[in-house]
Amino acid sequence: MIKSLKATGNQLANSDFQLTVLRQEVVDVLHLAPFHEQMREAGLFPLRPVAPTVLQINVGKMCNQVCKHCHVDAGPDRKEIMTRDTMQLCLDALAQSDIQTVDLTGGAPEMNPDFRWFVEEISKLGRKVLVRCNLTIIVANKKYYDLPEFFKKHNVEVVSSLPFYSADKTDRQRGDGVFADSIKALRMLNAVGYGQPDSGLVLNLVYNPSGAFMPGPQAALQRQFKLALLKDFGIVFNDLYAITNIPVSRFLDYLIESGNYAGYMEKLVTAFNPAAAAGVMCRSTLSVGWDGGLYDCDFNQMLDLYVASPVRHIRDFDAAALAQRAIVVNQHCYGCTAGSGSSCGGVTA
Amino acid sequence: METYYNPADLKKFGNIGEFQKEFADKFFAYDGAVFAEGALTAREKSLIALAVAHAVQCPYCIDAYSSDTLEKGCSEQEMMEAVHVAAAIRGGATLVHGVQMMNKVKELSM
Repeated sequence: MIKSLKATGNQLANSDFQLTVLRQEVVDVLHLAPFHEQMREAGLFPLRPVAPTVLQINVGKMCNQVCKHCHVDAGPDRKEIMTRDTMQLCLDALAQSDIQTVDLTGGAPEMNPDFRWFVEEISKLGRKVLVRCNLTIIVANKKYYDLPEFFKKHNVEVVSSLPFYSADKTDRQRGDGVFADSIKALRMLNAVGYGQPDSGLVLNLVYNPSGAFMPGPQAALQRQFKLALLKDFGIVFNDLYAITNIPVSRFLDYLIESGNYAGYMEKLVTAFNPAAAAGVMCRSTLSVGWDGGLYDCDFNQMLDLYVASPVRHIRDFDAAALAQRAIVVNQHCYGCTAGSGSSCGGVTA
Repeated sequence: METYYNPADLKKFGNIGEFQKEFADKFFAYDGAVFAEGALTAREKSLIALAVAHAVQCPYCIDAYSSDTLEKGCSEQEMMEAVHVAAAIRGGATLVHGVQMMNKVKELSM
């Protein structure tokens, strides 16, 4: 089993080191503008939030997979898990806010022992729950086999990564056998109604490139995925989100080790799109870490870049105070502003 | 090592307008229109371009359309099949001239 960067003692597990590596490449090697300067030129610096519509909660870094591009550096060896007490603090914050959607991510969020309790409690508050499910967890152990039924019961929106509609590219990114297990899990989700027309049960897929290149047009990729998955496996889904790989953690390690780092960063920087930058998801999302820390996005979370606000923990949640903050940006943000833009919900421009 | 082809030159393609702007502008506008979605999808056009890049043996074009087909979600099998189409046409073009050779041989022979 491949281990996380943290477990192998890789220096890229250190967030300060990552930020240094990113800045050196963009500014000192490529002689390109640092991200905040591009944003200033676009009239977007400092970047201000709008009223948050999504609370994205990372319930832990533990995962049954060790994907090569993972920005969380997640894996079976990661033990950082959100406690029920911290979940309760999230529920308290939600109860006093207007945020209508809770986006649960990880790791594999379902591996958190309090995951089901948390989903039930969020549902009781009348908020929509979205789970970023890696698919294979559903078939990893019989205790997870009923997840499709559980998701259905709470009308959870399922968002799942599938980097390609064939085994070779998928397994190279996500591990041997992941494609076959993902197909099994997709069939189980389809069987209870997910992705089926008029079922109201939403199953969205996430495409991210299996290498050092950008995603192509989202609509064309969706068309291709729908045709191929239906024809080859009889699988249906709702929408495909095309996401750019952000040069953080294991994807940054891959870029450096494969000799693609300079070329990829140059591609991202030169593809900077002000329209995509204006629509970045960090403006309308608040991100909570496994220990309750607050961030502008999940990538900032993994780089230990807390919100620039006196409110830095969910226990102190204060929507008015957080609305005053400027969003923390750095060189990795070029990943979300390149071309058609990228977010957890796909393109932004 | 100095070579006739430098990968970094691909990024300078747009600079050809420095010496003749009008024609360059027309070419790039035409090029953009050709590769847009049309009766053929942009994805299909990218695979055709990849095949032609191999037929004309342009290293810049091979780099550019290897990336472009990847970005458009083509599989490695599709990409290699496109290259085989180029190879088959080039090979066929050679072999079909064998008929001309045969004609000449038969004309000259007893």
